[in-house]
Amino acid sequence: MTAIEVRNARKTFKAGKRTVVAVDDVSFSVREGGVLGIVGESGCGKSTLARLILGLLPADSGEIAIDGRRLVDLDRKARARLIQPVFQDPFASLNPLARVRDIVAMPLRAQASFSKSEVAKTVEEMLTRVGLSREMGGRLPAELSGGQRQRVAIARALVLRPRIVVCDEPTSALDVSVQAQILNLLSELRRDLGLTYLFISHNLAVVEHVASEVAVMYLGRLVEREPTEMLFARPEHPYTKALLASVLTPEPGLGVPDVGLGDTLPDPANIPPGCRFHPRCPIAEPRCATTTPAVKPRPEGGVECLLA
Amino acid sequence: MKRGWRNIGTWVGAVIVGIAAFCALFAPLLVPHDPFAQDLGKRLLVPFWMEGTDPSHLLGTDQLGRDYLSRLIYGCRISMMIGVTVTIVSGIIGITIGVLGGFMGGRVDDVVLFAVTTRLSLPVVLVALAVVGLLGSSMTILMFTLGLLLWERFAVVARSTTMQVRNLDFVAAAWCAGCSRFRILAGEVLPNIASHLVVVATLEIALAILLEAALSFLGLGVPPPLPSWGLMIAEAKDYMFFSPWVIVIPGIALFVLVLGINLLGDGLRDLFGARSDA
Amino acid sequence: MSLLEVDKLEVSFGRTAAVRGASFTVEPGETHCLVGESGCGKSVTALSVMNLLVRSADRRAQRLAFQGEDLLELSDKGMARLRGNAMAMIFQEPMTSLNPAYTVGSQMTEVLRRHKGTGQRAATDRAADLLARVGITAPGMRLGQFPHQLSGGLRQRVMIAMALMCDPQLLIADEPTTALDVTVQAQILRLLAGLQRDLGLGLLLITHDLGIVARVATRVSVMYAGEVVESAPTAELFANPRHPYTQGLLRCVPVPGKIQRDQPLGAIRGTVPRVGPGFEGCAFRERCDFADETCSHAIPRHQAGVTHDFLCRLPA
Repeated sequence: MTAIEVRNARKTFKAGKRTVVAVDDVSFSVREGGVLGIVGESGCGKSTLARLILGLLPADSGEIAIDGRRLVDLDRKARARLIQPVFQDPFASLNPLARVRDIVAMPLRAQASFSKSEVAKTVEEMLTRVGLSREMGGRLPAELSGGQRQRVAIARALVLRPRIVVCDEPTSALDVSVQAQILNLLSELRRDLGLTYLFISHNLAVVEHVASEVAVMYLGRLVEREPTEMLFARPEHPYTKALLASVLTPEPGLGVPDVGLGDTLPDPANIPPGCRFHPRCPIAEPRCATTTPAVKPRPEGGVECLLA
Repeated sequence: MKRGWRNIGTWVGAVIVGIAAFCALFAPLLVPHDPFAQDLGKRLLVPFWMEGTDPSHLLGTDQLGRDYLSRLIYGCRISMMIGVTVTIVSGIIGITIGVLGGFMGGRVDDVVLFAVTTRLSLPVVLVALAVVGLLGSSMTILMFTLGLLLWERFAVVARSTTMQVRNLDFVAAAWCAGCSRFRILAGEVLPNIASHLVVVATLEIALAILLEAALSFLGLGVPPPLPSWGLMIAEAKDYMFFSPWVIVIPGIALFVLVLGINLLGDGLRDLFGARSDA
Repeated sequence: MSLLEVDKLEVSFGRTAAVRGASFTVEPGETHCLVGESGCGKSVTALSVMNLLVRSADRRAQRLAFQGEDLLELSDKGMARLRGNAMAMIFQEPMTSLNPAYTVGSQMTEVLRRHKGTGQRAATDRAADLLARVGITAPGMRLGQFPHQLSGGLRQRVMIAMALMCDPQLLIADEPTTALDVTVQAQILRLLAGLQRDLGLGLLLITHDLGIVARVATRVSVMYAGEVVESAPTAELFANPRHPYTQGLLRCVPVPGKIQRDQPLGAIRGTVPRVGPGFEGCAFRERCDFADETCSHAIPRHQAGVTHDFLCRLPA
């Protein structure tokens, strides 16, 4: 059973005269209970992809289905029962004027089918579930620490018992010690509630820890996709290799690696012809500048490189 | 140091507005005389700080022998009533338009911007004069005319703050939670822009009070014998050379009230600004 | 003589004690990392060395000296002479520390002309040299550009080049790569490490990222709630962490290639406390697995070797 199915999704933005292609003909699926990690640098389109799947933005073309049903056919209440988000910045993702209790209760109230006492009971259970005490219910977001806020956001996302949670950089704004707490909580909840995650992050170590499969995104395209162990053990795309090389593991004495990508940064409004990675690619050949690579299938994924 | 001064300003403003609101609410209980009762035997009595004052008329009397303090207090009631009503009318119009434009964006926003531009190109005083000239002067007409003319600041502020709030993740989260548009607007957006709108409201009250005074001074605002401060100044201008206090007292009252409202508005802005930083 | 000596630095803002008796030194040619979570006082420490704290801050220290010169006694004018000259600083967000109204070239040459009185032509040459040195292609063109025309990585390179204009002996970098992508981060850190080695700079690097610490630092000071809780040479600290906080921090970091998926990461419970002036005992005791009642009293500093010390009641 596939939880998320994306077919040829495309999304562009108009910025003045320039057209920015944020997501360019992306297709993938996530099976139920799986965790797909999406990694890539800022501006690669990973957050836009998350917003397309959440229904926050309409796709220009292509099709997105969650739990076997087309996203466009779902009404807001049905959609909310299937898929929920956890955003990066817990300072911005909670209404500063609402009490924790009301924030967590919001999805229940929007359904308009629960009684007051049901709402109160469910909210309380959920707060306990994410490790917040009862008294926290009466607090305002400003009175909580970053980690506590992210717990509130997780409680809000799970209170309707959705099938799928889209986590958009859920720990990037947190300190390392708190990041570990939140990652542990997310894994535990996934196991206990049978959730499917789409986990977006720029931190490869975090993705390796939580994801069963990883997709690497570059300038709006998924350039490589493999089960996590395979991708980390045998990356094929030169961009994936560069990303892995630039991870600074806490191992003293190794020095800082040379990732060899040059200093020209990608511009999503001006996508290079041929392989879009070729201007930065350390092993590019002349044909890379002219021929657009097709996806080369692998047993459990694919890679989009002429030289792979 | 600066913060201290600001704080004092806020308190001064709050006290002035508080007194004015008190006078407006309880005017009939506060006045020592009937503000409409004429006594031609006691015309233009001098106020308490001058020689030959009548102790029962603290601020003296006007050219028809009406108690000036009583008229001042009733005038305050009229000013506050006009200020508040105009602000409520213009606030409802402006906030609705601005929030819709900011939240919906696209075409709707284009229409809103066009409406604001159109409104900005209308000269308020001239339009108000024309309307009052055509329909005759009454308090209701004055309040609605001004209310229909003064919404643009609400619209502009509501629109820009809504745009900021709309893009925050908690609005996205509410959308994902399955909330309706109305629920998102009323529950998530409006409370978070309210502090900005309160500041605009104070400025609008002050502006409406000044405009009312100006129109009344021109004879096109509040009809006599209602004791509006603008009208009091207009009626007093014939006597200002021999009895200057008749023009000075309502003038000062107007100045102090508008200053107080503006000080309070500044203070509120600082307060809300500081809170949103925290 | 140490390049920078900080002894028992105390900084407080009203009722919050941001730095509480932090001591460390930076030797010429060494990279000293201050590592810790947000609110631990690492940035405030850097700013107080540069005397860039807000006016309301209260800064005290037993000793705060740069090349033997007492910074506490130095006038604002004397400090301005040092700043950007013998000691320079790089910030996390380069956009806020570059003036958007001037070109890169005019900002870079201004530093040199102000401190050294160099002529415009010589200063421009040096700016172009340094831009090339920090790996910017076509430096001549970049000199004429405004900050907003550059990408984040390029801006940070410009900041580094600008900091190097007057040949500083000490470079303070406050989270210089936190706002950047991982690939760009690796490039910038490689550049910084190379420059530091070639020019023999003393580098005080502030970061929350233990990966960065491991790869570039010669010596590490771990800060927690305003105190240096452990200080050691890098290899020693990672191999043999003694303070429970350092140990916990190291367990929290997922290490690629050594990850057991779905196995819980080590985590430190609770959150960083806010500490007021006059706080007694160990600030970590609420979150510590080894805490007992003695932890609320004065905590001794133990030596775990000649160059390794930590602040904990547990014996070395």
